Amino acid sequence: MTIQDIIQVLLFFALLIGLTPILGNFMSKVFAGERHFMLPVFGWLEKLIYKFIGIAPNEEANWKSYTFGLLLFNLIGFIFVFLIQLFQTYLPFNPAHLPNVTWHSAFNTSVSFVTNTNWQGYAGETTMSYFVQMIGLTVQNFVSAATGMAVLLALIRGLSRKTTDKLGNFWTDITRIILYVLLPLSILFAIVLVGQGVVQNFKPYEEVQTLQGALQVIPMGPAASQIAIKQLGTNGGGFFNANSAHPFENPTPFSNFLEMLFILLIPASLTFTYGKMVGSTRQGWTIFTAMLILLIVGLGISLYAEYSSNPIFGNLPLMEGKETRFGITNSVLWSTVTTAASNGSVNAMHESLSPLAGMVTIINILLGEVIFGGVGAGLYGMVIFIILTVFIAGLMVGRTPEYLGKKIEAFEVQMAIIAILAPSFVILLFTAWASVSNLGLSSLNNAGPHGFSEILYAFSSAAGNNGSAFAGLNANTPFYNLTTGLGMIIGRFGIIIPVLAIAGKMAGKKITPPSAGTFHTDNGLFIGLLIAVILIVGGLTFFPALSLGPIIEHLLMNSGTTF
Amino acid sequence: MSTKQNTNLFNKKLILQATKDSFIKLNPGSLVKNPVIFIVAIGSLLTSIVVFASLFNGNFSSFNLQIAIWLWFTVLFANFSEAIAEGRGKAQAESLRKNRTQTQARKLTGQKEELVSAPELKKGDVVVCEAGDVIPSDGEVIEGIASVDESAITGESAPVIRESGGDRSAVTGGTKVISDRILIRITSEPGDTFIDRMIALVEGAKRKKTPNEIALSILLSGLSIIFLLAVVTLPAFFAYSLSASGLPASQNLTIPVLIALLVCLIPTTIGGLLSAIGISGMDRLLQRNVIATSGRAIEAAGDVDVLLLDKTGTITLGNRMATDFIPADGVTVEELASAAQLSSLSDETPEGRSIVILAKEKFNIRGREVQQLNALFIPFTAQSRMSGVDIKTKDGQTRQIRKGSAEAIRSFVQNNNSFYPQNIQDVVSELARQGATPLVVAQDNKVLGVIHLKDIVKGGIKQRFAELRKMGIKTVMITGDNALTAAAIAAEAGVDDFMAEATPEDKLRRIREEQANGHLVGMIGDGTNDAPALAQADIGIAMNSGTQAAREAGNMVDLDSNPTKLIEVVEVGKQLLMTRGALTTFSIANDVAKYFAIIPAIAISLYSGKNGIGPLSALNVMNLGSPQSAILSAVIFNAIIIILLIPLALKGVPYRPVSANTALIKNLFIYGLGGLIAPFIGIKLIDLLINL
Repeated sequence: MTIQDIIQVLLFFALLIGLTPILGNFMSKVFAGERHFMLPVFGWLEKLIYKFIGIAPNEEANWKSYTFGLLLFNLIGFIFVFLIQLFQTYLPFNPAHLPNVTWHSAFNTSVSFVTNTNWQGYAGETTMSYFVQMIGLTVQNFVSAATGMAVLLALIRGLSRKTTDKLGNFWTDITRIILYVLLPLSILFAIVLVGQGVVQNFKPYEEVQTLQGALQVIPMGPAASQIAIKQLGTNGGGFFNANSAHPFENPTPFSNFLEMLFILLIPASLTFTYGKMVGSTRQGWTIFTAMLILLIVGLGISLYAEYSSNPIFGNLPLMEGKETRFGITNSVLWSTVTTAASNGSVNAMHESLSPLAGMVTIINILLGEVIFGGVGAGLYGMVIFIILTVFIAGLMVGRTPEYLGKKIEAFEVQMAIIAILAPSFVILLFTAWASVSNLGLSSLNNAGPHGFSEILYAFSSAAGNNGSAFAGLNANTPFYNLTTGLGMIIGRFGIIIPVLAIAGKMAGKKITPPSAGTFHTDNGLFIGLLIAVILIVGGLTFFPALSLGPIIEHLLMNSGTTF
Repeated sequence: MSTKQNTNLFNKKLILQATKDSFIKLNPGSLVKNPVIFIVAIGSLLTSIVVFASLFNGNFSSFNLQIAIWLWFTVLFANFSEAIAEGRGKAQAESLRKNRTQTQARKLTGQKEELVSAPELKKGDVVVCEAGDVIPSDGEVIEGIASVDESAITGESAPVIRESGGDRSAVTGGTKVISDRILIRITSEPGDTFIDRMIALVEGAKRKKTPNEIALSILLSGLSIIFLLAVVTLPAFFAYSLSASGLPASQNLTIPVLIALLVCLIPTTIGGLLSAIGISGMDRLLQRNVIATSGRAIEAAGDVDVLLLDKTGTITLGNRMATDFIPADGVTVEELASAAQLSSLSDETPEGRSIVILAKEKFNIRGREVQQLNALFIPFTAQSRMSGVDIKTKDGQTRQIRKGSAEAIRSFVQNNNSFYPQNIQDVVSELARQGATPLVVAQDNKVLGVIHLKDIVKGGIKQRFAELRKMGIKTVMITGDNALTAAAIAAEAGVDDFMAEATPEDKLRRIREEQANGHLVGMIGDGTNDAPALAQADIGIAMNSGTQAAREAGNMVDLDSNPTKLIEVVEVGKQLLMTRGALTTFSIANDVAKYFAIIPAIAISLYSGKNGIGPLSALNVMNLGSPQSAILSAVIFNAIIIILLIPLALKGVPYRPVSANTALIKNLFIYGLGGLIAPFIGIKLIDLLINL
């Protein structure tokens, strides 16, 4: 690593830490319905929306109604995106005259965007019309992100309220989140991106003659607006197939830096929002620190693996699959950040990472997407691990375990276990199926443990709602479209429903005031415990799978064998 | 019940019975109650079937047989832990049963007495008991007073007084009337008496899983399902890897190996010991002579963070004690002490005795025989509100010595045409202000001085409260005294708060307030008017000497009727939860080492060159002898650790009253870090033994 690399990484984390309380504080005001500076700008629109869809903004719902509203909203989104793909030839804004999307790909893509996964079995510029990209996918980029934040918001209310069954109003929550948080930030970010050279137009694709004389089609389109929200909302679905490795999505080192920062910006800031809203910013910083430690350790391992010499290439840098514009450090930092945060956009091919760095990306996803994770989703996933940690370790102080003064009892443990089980179920069973059936194996481009990692990565990415691909796997087949589609649904709603159930149950409980007998969840000891539980409960399940994939590959590479 | 009897952890008879029981518990009906162990049992069965089948198809492997044997041992060891915990309860139940006599009861219908057998008695029946009779069932004395031998349930041989009305009216079936005659109204249905319930409880017959135990069971089942998923998908991963390394599919993992891995990963240690921990928690409470009506109550005791404590008996000794003599002007302190002692020689009240003791200790005034002094004892009456002696002196005169309340003595001396000194008046008001009780002594018409009677705060109680504070528990003293007195004693005892001039309604209101603020409240009480508060409190301990109403309202009964028990009960509750947490942490932390033993062993051949040793052997950090011995060592360690931890499960983790943070760090260090390291050492040692 050069000194510039180190300075850049440090600057990245410094900015992340610095921006967290600023945005976090603002979001807490938006969420709580307090006064903030965006209110005069969009307040009229908020009122208009309520009037238009006919809801009373202050009428609150219990957890079941809240969940029902959320599911209904997502179902409608799914059906809409599914249909416009099937019939895109009949719809406007299709200058490239792209054909209708196959039913299984359309299913996969609509599930993918509704669940904030943004797994892309298709190649953007050769599959989707501008209409589908904008009205379908970009809209879902906003609302799926808002859905995740709404779940977190309901959970926060459940934890901070007492003896009530009300969790808030889902429609008010997503309206406010989109209007005051996602939209302004996206507009701002899109303008900066356009300034850096990201395309934003409705022109048909251009044909140009290259210097060698060959004809090349240059795809165009409203990219900047989608890229802004794909980074901010931890969506990650690229406008173009090459995602952020494409020069029209990510033209300059500065745009690269900003795009990386914007992946983590909202998930990190939400920890501050959380702390603020549960009444102790220390609680928020504790979670932030645990996440940051896991991120930095992963980054360290990846950088070590990429920069250390290996017996095959000697001391040459491993540039395969990486953009020369960005280099190793920026590729590794992006790969770590995008898998940690359930974003899934890439600026390098993860398949080409060295085995250990590749393993870090898989582990980031396998741990449940809680290292900052998806917007809202990462934090509510983390709260699930907190509940388990508090339950296991909290008993050791001799009291019924409690978190933020709320007792953790059978129901919460049960729901937390379901939330942990849901993605594990998808990852292990589907990987097992794919690795012994022709349906799964025929899509592989690589042999040996590397091929196994490709399958494992695909299902982890789906179940973790990450959406990035290890590449090297042809996922646009009915088998993978359907299994990963199902995996995304289970991995998303298999966590959201238990989380909302926990929120509902917690809201009804009393809050025990803290005393010397209370198990503290806001100190260094707890950070250590939380990390241990995440690694043991979240990670040990996958130890056999990992040892047959990246671990064995790493060991083989050291003895000179590659795949 | 003699709970103080031999409850040694391991006596021969108990072990023998428990060993027998661990086989009886192999029936599926009782196994299924414990999901983790049930999975192990199914695994043992499957492995046994594989071994049995191999006898016929000729590929018998002694390795599989050993795995099967150790898997069965795992189940048996878990059963054994439960059986031994139950066995200790059964031994206690046995001694209780002996005391439950099938006695004849003298049932009273109108004026007519008839003989019926005790089990026929219904709620509301009235029976007569006289000296020598065994009380046929639980009831309330409605007429008369008697001394009752309750040693059958309390183990305390000294008889106690039971009388109608007031707070000492409850009698328990199976206890014996020693003197006098009482009428008893039966208050419990047959089969539901106090002793019946105690037997059921200690036997664990009606043992229900407590809320925290249920939550923990769910966690353990959930972890088991997760690891089950990890293990059932492994053959598919292996099939891929085998074909990728060019090995035949027949080399895939066998059922015994998969089951061995599964059993090692699921939390068998805590799963096997969970019910033993719960039962022994109940048992530890019993050893302190406290009966909980449910296991739930013990758990709640650990959560209590506000204790309401009656001043008298809990914080102070039951009675006031003389601590000082303050003479009037012109009287020496020895004169006063001497007179005070004389007046108290025949006074058998605790206050009176304390005066005699103080006089002896401070001024070395010996006891004098009242008869020799030719003295006449004047006892305390509600009218005179003073007591004392009349002594005939040699010259035929009578010395009248009196002690009593300031008011009484004032009228006494003024009736004798004497005056009541001003400095005495001052001393009396000053003492009252300090929360003490002044007792004025006079001889004939002369006021000699004041005896300072004081509430004595129990030795060590202040330190106890400091410990409670460290544990995060707030103490509230409840007293009928006025605010001044209460404040003085509260300060001396070091309680966090007090309620002066408290009525039962005040207590109830206070409990509700604390609960509304999210606190869990514990209290101890005896009287009927305590019943609502006992019922409202999260932990209500009724004293055995109290009324039936109080005993019904609380969720624990203290057989010793010792108010400080509340603190011990809280400790037992905390220790129970800590033990569960510690063993869960230990169990989960164990998995890391087991992975490092088993994964390299099963994956050794994958991607191997000609030597058959593949790259994953690099994970064999323990350098275990062979793949088979590695797996076997992990399984054996997994079984043996259950046996080794039974004493810990039964005794509970060592408990000290410290803050949550201190306790956490200590337990984490021992059970978390220990749980991470111990299996590495254990598995290595077992592996060395196997490969000898």
